[in-house]
Amino acid sequence: MHNSAPSTTQADSPFRYRLALEGISKAYPGIRANDDIHMNVAQGEIHAVLGENGAGKSTLMKIIYGLVRPDAGRISWEGRRVDITSPAQARALGIGMVFQHFSLFETLTVQENIALALPGRHRPALLAERIMEVSEHYGLPVDPRRHVHDLSVGERQRVEIVRCLLQSPRLLIMDEPTSVLTPQAVERLFDTLRQLSAEGCSILYISHKLDEIRDLCHHATVLRGGRVSGHCIPSEETPQSMARLMIGRALPVCEHDEQTPGDVRLRLAGLSHASDEPFGTDLKDLHLEVRAGEIVGIAGVSGNGQQALLRVLSGETPLAEKHPVQICGIEAGRFSPARRRRLGLCLVPEERLGRGAVPGLSLTDNAILTAAREQGLVFGGLLRKGRAERFAQRCIEAFNVKCAGPSAQARSLSGGNLQKFIMAREILQSPALLICSQPTWGVDVGAASFIRQSLIGLRNAGTAILVISEELEELFEISDRIVVMAKGRLSPARKPGETSMEEIGVWMSGLWSDDASAAEGGNA
Amino acid sequence: MDANLLTSVLFATVVAGTPLIIVALGLLVSERAGVLNLGAEGMMAMGAVVAFAVTYTSGNPWFGALAGMAAGAGMSLIFGVLAITLQANQVASGLALSIFGVGLSAFVGKPFEAVALQAVPAVRIPYIADIPVIGEALYNQQLMVYFSWALFWAVLWFLARSRTGLLLRAVGESPASAHAIGYRVQAIRYLAVLFGGAMAGLGGAFLSVFHTPMWVEGLVAGRGWIALALVVFATWRPFRVMLGAYLFGGVMITQLFIQGSGLQIDFPAQFLSSLPYWATIIVLVLISRNVQSIRLNSPASLGKPYRPDD
Amino acid sequence: MPEFPLKLERRPQASGLMRVLSPLLAVILTLVSGLIIFSALGKDPIEAFRLFFLTPFRDAYSIGELFLKAAPLMLCATGLAIGFRANVWNIGAEGQFILGAIGASGVALYFQDVDSRWILPAMLLGGAAAGAAWGAFPALLKTRFNANEILVSLMLVYIAQLLVSWLVFGPWRDPDGFNFPQTAMFHDAALLPTLIEGTRLNAGFPLALLVLLAAYVFMHHSYPGFRMKVAGEAAQAARYAGFSANRTIWTGLLCGGAAAGLAGFSEVAGPMGQLTDKVSLGYGFAAIIVAFVGRLHAVGILFASLLMALLYLGGEQAQQYMNLPSSISMVFQGLLLFFLLGSDVFIHYRLRLRAARHGS
Repeated sequence: MHNSAPSTTQADSPFRYRLALEGISKAYPGIRANDDIHMNVAQGEIHAVLGENGAGKSTLMKIIYGLVRPDAGRISWEGRRVDITSPAQARALGIGMVFQHFSLFETLTVQENIALALPGRHRPALLAERIMEVSEHYGLPVDPRRHVHDLSVGERQRVEIVRCLLQSPRLLIMDEPTSVLTPQAVERLFDTLRQLSAEGCSILYISHKLDEIRDLCHHATVLRGGRVSGHCIPSEETPQSMARLMIGRALPVCEHDEQTPGDVRLRLAGLSHASDEPFGTDLKDLHLEVRAGEIVGIAGVSGNGQQALLRVLSGETPLAEKHPVQICGIEAGRFSPARRRRLGLCLVPEERLGRGAVPGLSLTDNAILTAAREQGLVFGGLLRKGRAERFAQRCIEAFNVKCAGPSAQARSLSGGNLQKFIMAREILQSPALLICSQPTWGVDVGAASFIRQSLIGLRNAGTAILVISEELEELFEISDRIVVMAKGRLSPARKPGETSMEEIGVWMSGLWSDDASAAEGGNA
Repeated sequence: MDANLLTSVLFATVVAGTPLIIVALGLLVSERAGVLNLGAEGMMAMGAVVAFAVTYTSGNPWFGALAGMAAGAGMSLIFGVLAITLQANQVASGLALSIFGVGLSAFVGKPFEAVALQAVPAVRIPYIADIPVIGEALYNQQLMVYFSWALFWAVLWFLARSRTGLLLRAVGESPASAHAIGYRVQAIRYLAVLFGGAMAGLGGAFLSVFHTPMWVEGLVAGRGWIALALVVFATWRPFRVMLGAYLFGGVMITQLFIQGSGLQIDFPAQFLSSLPYWATIIVLVLISRNVQSIRLNSPASLGKPYRPDD
Repeated sequence: MPEFPLKLERRPQASGLMRVLSPLLAVILTLVSGLIIFSALGKDPIEAFRLFFLTPFRDAYSIGELFLKAAPLMLCATGLAIGFRANVWNIGAEGQFILGAIGASGVALYFQDVDSRWILPAMLLGGAAAGAAWGAFPALLKTRFNANEILVSLMLVYIAQLLVSWLVFGPWRDPDGFNFPQTAMFHDAALLPTLIEGTRLNAGFPLALLVLLAAYVFMHHSYPGFRMKVAGEAAQAARYAGFSANRTIWTGLLCGGAAAGLAGFSEVAGPMGQLTDKVSLGYGFAAIIVAFVGRLHAVGILFASLLMALLYLGGEQAQQYMNLPSSISMVFQGLLLFFLLGSDVFIHYRLRLRAARHGS
């Protein structure tokens, strides 16, 4: 194995660009994912690929990494035309990829995971040594003998990166790497990337986070609707100008004025629950109150118990005792999801297809899914399909859902539109308490802004709203109070105006002091 | 208790457990790659009838065994095409294979029903076989029995130590991740399924050629299904498969035990014959109650078709 | 290594056309295979075709036999379909059928010398209840202990076969029956009335149609049926919506068991008129195929059970007149299911030529 730091400099290299794309196009049935893309990446350059969800960034990266073949266009690698037919070939060329959704195997150790990604056989002892060497060098310490399921999300990402680095890549593709990191961890990652860049490795940085791109990247290519809408130098741009390239108009701003909260609609009173997933997070002594007419946001990197909490709140995981969860004053810990809905609870889960909606059923049927009782869509055990269709139509119109009508299958809608439909379905039931998880994840900017505004509107109408989200900016924009969830515990609550992203970032590692809660109002 | 009786009981237990071991180990490999093949009964039946037919016509039981393996692998290929390439529902495809295989075996085996084969002699391992009680039971057996032990060690080593075994386990846990790294998930699953099929065919061949050298419709009598239950019972670990197989073998020959021990218990024959099936149910219940253990040990992608994007 | 020139590509919307065409395609492919198999066996394929598929229609009696055979298949398949739609895999219909036959026979034998019009309804209830009880077993074990219902219900099939064998060789054996494994013949009051003179078609067929109709309303127009459909399509969504998974499992297995039990009742109260150890000819397993070929839909099941009855009768004809073993019908049944599973793929996917390489 050779040294991981290539020694050629810009001056004496025989080629101009490490990677050059010309006219790359790729179409899927019904959509042109990439349309005539051109992009150049120099040695040692950190190049951002910017665009909102659905703009074609993932497809482009899959083409570069050999997972997908383009319909047209040329790829040049270090001056030579290449045809990248598989990830193995991409790796052989010197391209490494760190995926957004990690491709790690939980039941195997770090070392076994890395061994699978490396070509040829390796003596285990030598490999372990190499892993520790490389990980130390780049400030990403990992222990080769640990099983992946034991690792935190941040540690797993380190394994993904080290796995790439062991093959001495000359181009590293990072796909939305910071969505799972605390602000402090993001800084450490950036240090590593800058070090790599200084050593001559080029980096393709995929993201939609404008501040990070301005902080880190030398150049940026902006994608919109599958086409290149512009190239720019991030440090010379403002977030507004980059946003304009990304979405074609200015970033919408949320309207959010003060409200006086009413009665307590949700109370968590010492909620504790041991996880029943093999590698899950336990919930430890949670206290929280959400009142009518307020939005409480739970911040935190995924994997800290949010999924478990949501299942306990929805009733999918019933508790042994009834008092830790109180909905509208009633002790509901043992209630089934159906009974909780009767109390006025509505829920928008993180997964749309498969949980929030049934992919193979029509929107009408999906409306029956949760609104059957509340909207009177069932009588005498039989379905009232006419009423269901009319309700579905109302949802479509209220939230401007782009679809072929109430009879369209849920899976034919785009992510953003399906999320709008699900939101509409829940909001139109006039819930007393609404719980949402990741409400705008994977949704385009226009729909995201609409959803946020709708949540504020609902809160103004008197509903109590609990939002669990990984997007700190979103929570700061819409919440009246923010708490942080880390390692199964909840921090004290803060108003957005009384804290900062840095403080919340620190708290996301679990480092808050509990005596701060005594002074703060709004907690049980 | 009579030492002779104990020896014969042990002997019969080993024999009864052997086809279960072979079939279950094959299914285990297939399931560790994430593919659930419910067609075991059909593959065993076809393996049994083909092995019998080939042995009868060629006079060589080893040709028969190989033919049985080929028949089982061939059947599993049908399943593979349906479940892996065409991504049809794995449960339905496996069921179809079982129904088809059992029916086809009855059809193909009609001409062989009244026919007898020469028994295959046992292989006696000297010195060891002379150990009282267990020696005779364990070391004066058919070659296939020793093969089943060798198979156990081979599968154990393969899964725990070899790189291909590592890859198989990875595919079983997350085919999407394996694909993202660049491995050919479909090819690996096909190989796993074919291995499972070959072993199922071999297990069937053991029944018809080496055990009771004859063929009747219904010879397999649910052993394919029991093998499937065995894999769950063993939480996908080879050693527990061995253990379970011999336990089941023991249950299956309870009749022999009761008769030979001279106990005057008046159980109807059908009740005794139904014991292995009751045992399967009980064992399934015992192991499945521990939901955590199942979730921890079962291959995460088991039974789910893998759809590559492109 | 060259890539396969065709590839499967997901359709943006499931093809309604293929949903209907797929079973027809499967039937045609099975027929074609049949012709090939017959030729390969050295039998005249046209003659075999005629024997298999046309002779059952030659007179009223034969048509009566067709409907007579279709009735238990329809009953079992209807019960199975309710469960399959919800991902409840009841594979033990064969065993539940046998238990239904046992239950009905038990009532008939108990009231052996009584002549009353309440006997038949009592037998019907007995059969349905016994079948449902046999289906309750896997339901209980699945909901309480998470035991796989496929394996449990299947084991119960073998146990049921042994049970009926014990009964007819032992305690229920007809003392005047020359030691054959069968019970005494039932009293006339315990037999289903014949519908059409000159045939053996009895009230079992209208019973099956009634059950089919009830199932149709349940599956497509009722809220419990909707809940089960969701449970089958997306288990997580069902949990999210608050649909009880346990209730789904119980409903699926009890309906399947009761329906199969009714089928068992109709068999012993029909032409058989007694309980023997050959009471089931694999109806429970054939019903699985009927359910799939019928698309888990009431109308489809109606036609599919007639088709399957045809295959059964054809097998009997082949055995009688062409010296082929009756298990040939099982071969056809299996082939039909294979082809169906294969054709079903094209509901959600279509074949495309791989795009030629550009930009060389």
